[in-house]
Amino acid sequence: MQQIAMIFSLPLLTMTLPAILAINLIVGFGVFDAQARDTWPTPPINPDRSAQISGPLQGGTADHGKFPELKGPFATGSDVTKACLGCHTETGQHFMKNIHWTWSYVNPDTGQQLGKRYLINNFCTNSRGNEGMCAQCHAGYGWKDEQFDFTDETKIDCLVCHETTGNYYKTPNSAGNAACSVMFEGKPPLDLAAAARSVDLPQRANCGTCHFYGGGGDNVKHGDLSSALKEPPRTLDVHMGVDGLNFACTACHVTDQHVWAGSRYQVISKDKQGTGQPGLRPDVATCESCHGLAPHPVNSLTNFKLNDHVQSVACQTCHIPKIARGGVATIVDWDWRTAGKTRDGEGYHEEGYIQGNGVHRYTYKSIKGDFTYDENMVPEYAWFDGQMLYTTIDTEFDPNAEFIEINGFSGSRDDPDSRIWPFKRMHTWQPYDKGRGTLVYASLWGEDETAFWGNYDMGAAIAKGMADFGLDYSGEFGFIETLSWWPITHMVAPKENALDCRDCHQPKNSRLASVEGIYLPGRDHNDLLNILGTLLVGGTLAGIIIHALIRIFSPKGAHH
Amino acid sequence: MAMHRVKIFSLFERFWHWAQMILILVLLMTGFGVHGFHDLMSFGTAVTLHTSAAVTLLLLWAFSVFWLFTTRSWRHFIPTWQGMWGVMRYYAYGIFKGERHPYRKAYWRKHNPLQALAYLMLKIVLFPAIWITGLLYLFYFAWHNLPGAPLWLNGIAQVHTAAAFMILAFVLIHVYLLTTGHSFREHVMPMVTGFDEVDLSPEEEAYLRKDQPGDIR
Repeated sequence: MQQIAMIFSLPLLTMTLPAILAINLIVGFGVFDAQARDTWPTPPINPDRSAQISGPLQGGTADHGKFPELKGPFATGSDVTKACLGCHTETGQHFMKNIHWTWSYVNPDTGQQLGKRYLINNFCTNSRGNEGMCAQCHAGYGWKDEQFDFTDETKIDCLVCHETTGNYYKTPNSAGNAACSVMFEGKPPLDLAAAARSVDLPQRANCGTCHFYGGGGDNVKHGDLSSALKEPPRTLDVHMGVDGLNFACTACHVTDQHVWAGSRYQVISKDKQGTGQPGLRPDVATCESCHGLAPHPVNSLTNFKLNDHVQSVACQTCHIPKIARGGVATIVDWDWRTAGKTRDGEGYHEEGYIQGNGVHRYTYKSIKGDFTYDENMVPEYAWFDGQMLYTTIDTEFDPNAEFIEINGFSGSRDDPDSRIWPFKRMHTWQPYDKGRGTLVYASLWGEDETAFWGNYDMGAAIAKGMADFGLDYSGEFGFIETLSWWPITHMVAPKENALDCRDCHQPKNSRLASVEGIYLPGRDHNDLLNILGTLLVGGTLAGIIIHALIRIFSPKGAHH
Repeated sequence: MAMHRVKIFSLFERFWHWAQMILILVLLMTGFGVHGFHDLMSFGTAVTLHTSAAVTLLLLWAFSVFWLFTTRSWRHFIPTWQGMWGVMRYYAYGIFKGERHPYRKAYWRKHNPLQALAYLMLKIVLFPAIWITGLLYLFYFAWHNLPGAPLWLNGIAQVHTAAAFMILAFVLIHVYLLTTGHSFREHVMPMVTGFDEVDLSPEEEAYLRKDQPGDIR
């Protein structure tokens, strides 16, 4: 019997065990990737570094510089648009469906009216009533009040997205107070014809004209969209890097008849489709749209485990380790309470922050108040199902609340659509209607006596801002703390700079310290069990030492 | 009855013991690293080594169960109270007086009663506790969508951790006891060479001399 067992088991064992160990070790060598990672360059897939990759549309068949229609001269932007529409006959109707034109979005699930045209934020608060200034970033010409004709396709601004001279700009649609309008004096005249002949697929700089400067300055709003992305190194953004893939924004935000993939209002926080069928273009701008649902090559235990993480952790959480990288800071705190101070009756501003790229930033402006900046900052992390919950002008809230979330969000471990996502947290003290417990529209930009930017009377600015849209105002305003949450999704670092496991899996200072609903190895433990275990092991050691000492020093210690 | 040097630990047993020792040390080391008790290696390394060592140890155990039952060696682990009191009294008292260890190894029974009980408990309580919870933990990806999964994982992780503490305590006592009775070296050598001093009955001696002459010196 014994012999039979030995005959069977020993050769089997001697062959199998080392093999298993070897397989495990080879598989396990994935862990040493960490050291080898620096030697992983992502080669440029586009040898012509001057050309950004714009999604599925490649290699145009027309040189717009040769079109007689675009020779000019053009008196206005609308004249250029008419020339564009002469060939692109359906584009106007397509374009007018997208939110760059409508600034309006109705949540299909809740029916709630959203969109820049209506919402309040905790930066410059409201565009409504301030279109003369805010609509510089509307993809059209001349929106300064409610009279704007949203059905006039000749008012579409084609150039802002498609011109590539880099000299194109728009000034406010109305003059504003003299104190503010000086900002736009002395701008060089536009060569619309040159801009028209330069049209091409949108470049990062085109989208950046508005999306990098929202909220009144470079990277002010998002934290992950700044002028640093115009010509970023691969280390700042692995997709957009000029020494890497050199993607334009439209490589991911693909368009279908001038409607873009990727939504601010209803985010897909867990893509369950992945890359879809061959030949089918992904219609959402998620990481999974290109990288699939198991993005890490399954060649090590570590990668197998990482793919497992995709279920509950957004790609962004590990692959965007910091916000506001690349030398451009973002605003994290804005205090409207201090706005309106003047010197000798005039507004003024102070510089007090020098950001990574050496540029000085304003820390106080009479028209806006005090700002606090941050860069290379660690995001906040939370379960996110993609649904933002907006506090609109109609929402009544309890003014005694600690703070108001202008755009809260939902999500939990129990929700199969939720994942842990990184956010920029924006904190603001901003005006509200003390009597009614609602946010307010304030008239900031304008030529009249009530516009805050010039006259510095918040009470009058709110009264005007509310009255213009027939909204009730109690007449008494105060300041309330508000938060807004900005899901972070850009400035994806190269994989060698992604978070390390230990950044989350550690008992102290875990990035996910505040995230609930999960058991996170390394972060979580039972204190009582740890104490009892330590006592058991420590007690055993102590017992051994005492036992040994008694043996050594006992009188008849014959050291048996 | 007479003392002889007899091969009591077969090659497999010795391989089993030492492979198990290495794997358990790796598991303790990496496991407490994953748990957050130390930072001697990266989390990814700790998880990979822990998983690899665990899978290897489970296979080793599968072989050892096969071996134990086909060779009937499982009998060595049957608990008994016979002689237990003497052994316990020895460790608590007699050892300090320089008394002789009361247990004599027999060919059919190479563990003293306390050892047999301790190893049995290890085999039927601690080890199953740790590998069952470990496998559930390892395969969490397969059941993480069941209701209450995070709470269950929490419980499983705690049983796993508790078992690890107890195994560590066992290892400490196990190594310490090698210093008692005889010298440390005398205790370790049988697990290296396979040979130890055993009290043989004349029948056992006759059998060994005739059928397994290589196992007796």
